[in-house]
Amino acid sequence: MSTLLPLLDPLLFSVLPYVSVIVFLLMTIQRYRVRTFSYSSLSSQFLENRQHFWAVVPFHYGILAILAAHLGAFLLPGTVLAWNSEPLRLYLLEITGLVFALLSLVGLAASLWRRATVTKVRIVTTPGDWVVFAMLLLQVLTGLGIALHYGWGTSWYAGVATPYLRSILRLNPESDAIAAMPWMVRLHVINAWLLIGFVPFTRLVHVLVAPNPYFWRKPQVARWYGKANRSHP
Amino acid sequence: MDVRSQVAMVFHLDKCIGCHTCSIACKNIWTDRKGTDYMWWNNVETKPGTGFPTAWEDQEKYRGGWELKNGELQLKSTSKAQTVFNIFHNPHMPTMDDYYEPWTYDYQELFNAPPGDDQPVAKPISMVTGELIQIKSGPNWDDDLGGSPIYAANDPNLKGLSPEAQQQLFAVEELVMFYLPRICNHCLNPSCVASCPSGALYKRGEDGIVLVDQNRCRGWRACVSACPYKKVFYNWSSGKSEKCILCYPRLETGQAPACFHSCVGRIRYLGVVLYDASRIEEVSKLPEDQLVEAQRSLILDPNDPEVIAAARLNGIHDSVIESAQRSPVYQFVKVWKIALPPHIEYRTMPMLFYVPPMAPVLSQREGQHLTNVSEDLFHDIDEARIPMKFLANLFGAGVEDGVRYALRKQKAVRWYRRAITVGDVTMETAERMLREANCTPDEAEAIYRLTALCTFEERFVIPPMHREEAIEMMRDPQEHKQETGFGFLHGQRRAM
Repeated sequence: MSTLLPLLDPLLFSVLPYVSVIVFLLMTIQRYRVRTFSYSSLSSQFLENRQHFWAVVPFHYGILAILAAHLGAFLLPGTVLAWNSEPLRLYLLEITGLVFALLSLVGLAASLWRRATVTKVRIVTTPGDWVVFAMLLLQVLTGLGIALHYGWGTSWYAGVATPYLRSILRLNPESDAIAAMPWMVRLHVINAWLLIGFVPFTRLVHVLVAPNPYFWRKPQVARWYGKANRSHP
Repeated sequence: MDVRSQVAMVFHLDKCIGCHTCSIACKNIWTDRKGTDYMWWNNVETKPGTGFPTAWEDQEKYRGGWELKNGELQLKSTSKAQTVFNIFHNPHMPTMDDYYEPWTYDYQELFNAPPGDDQPVAKPISMVTGELIQIKSGPNWDDDLGGSPIYAANDPNLKGLSPEAQQQLFAVEELVMFYLPRICNHCLNPSCVASCPSGALYKRGEDGIVLVDQNRCRGWRACVSACPYKKVFYNWSSGKSEKCILCYPRLETGQAPACFHSCVGRIRYLGVVLYDASRIEEVSKLPEDQLVEAQRSLILDPNDPEVIAAARLNGIHDSVIESAQRSPVYQFVKVWKIALPPHIEYRTMPMLFYVPPMAPVLSQREGQHLTNVSEDLFHDIDEARIPMKFLANLFGAGVEDGVRYALRKQKAVRWYRRAITVGDVTMETAERMLREANCTPDEAEAIYRLTALCTFEERFVIPPMHREEAIEMMRDPQEHKQETGFGFLHGQRRAM
């Protein structure tokens, strides 16, 4: 065991990311090719409407904003650091992030409560869904914990997470810095990779479909034998 | 002129007996799967009544169909930008409570119950949860309850009726009801198609049947809200929307759709109409009182050489044009003008038309004598038990003229046939009625024939669907013919 332990960190922070991303890419494509039908939001609003609003709406807006913030800080760390150079702006960013994180936590908790207590909704909840819910809850909780416990994450993300993610992208993983972080941060990172790897096997594939042609297509859609789809009127 | 072909329909309400055979035929073929158990792609409603789902015609609640905003057509349910936000939670979507919770019975109980003094009972079990349920409502809960203060009184079509006219509908001596069978209208300007964020809904170019591409549907439910007739349903198990497919697999093999085929009252007619697709948008924007006539003007004369030439130019097969020339729908809607679209004010341009039903006269008994003959031979059309305004709200966007025209013509045909067969009415009177109803003896004979004596072939003029052309898209038709029936099909399995 003691001989394996030094291997654990490289495994989790340097190997797991590649396994996850490769699985994600290959299996989502494979699932789309073979089981296109399974790409659905699997909405349960039809079975229960009222609690649905308070669960689904805060969660989605919260998590989308948080994901966008993670992506933004990864792409433009300099901009974030420059923004944060004034305390007032730093506070503003931190509070905004906290609000969205709390939104997603409230939404997630409401979702879990709804899925567990409303019989009709529980019926359409699969074991896979529960795993996804548990992992999402862990991710949001650790994220919130980090934000509250290790302050000014919006700034140190640029110094720790961004270089780590970029090193992975460069196929030259440098995981020392991240592996030296407190356990909550490490858990957040490992769980994130696992979530990405799980996407193709769960209902999470629905994040990959967006109302893409809707905004630039004509209102009506017609399909013809032997002709490319054409719209009318 | 952009000529398209559409498989259109007529339901003759004067012949509907409300037996629900159509609903059962449909249910047995298409919607007895898990998740579709609550759906009735075909249902028969009692009018006045609240229908299925409850009060579906109340667009202030469900916000289906189109509305005019600053002269532009817009979905009533949502603007284009708003759609993205509605993807998470759809604000106007009906839930299972608006339909009903489907149930079955624990029949095993009948066999397994221990011996006792009482008859064993098969208890009702929810088909969603599998638990015992108290049945509180069902798909046809207001069946035959015309006059009911719970159901009939809440019919959205009563709006605009004077208090006296409403009172008349609920007086015991004057009770009246009729049946309204409903399927998807396969509209020319379908709001479900326009609302779909993923572009899964489409109209088949060749026959106008509106379908949901099951592989492309993402379960965003915009169509369920947008359809004002509530004929797109959400499959709660597979997480996809489903709807009436007009039995296209049957049509493609020359058979009438199951609900048409099984209709006991022979009220259903099906045939191709040719229409001008370039004018749909223009017509959909007209003021409400012009919509019925304007929609009729979209339908083109299939015998007009100009129309035929334009149809050929658009790739419409000669066999389809020939089929359109024999279409019973064309006769009812365009030539005789006695079939009307339901709720044209939703502006979806439905392609299912209804012949409005005749109703008993308001009886005016004087002692032992009942007088219903007056100088105005059509007086009882306006004094029928179903108020004209009620029918107009259903079939004329509130305008009575079209409904009155259709009923007068029907009555004239009846009296004309009565003059011939019974003889208690003089032919002179009958012919006067025909004239006043804008009908000729020849037309009356034709209406009589297609209403009363119609054979299968006359009711269902199914165009060749040229399936071979569709198969050519994917593979060699010859090879397909040789291999059809071999291979594996994948059922709808709920995703992980």
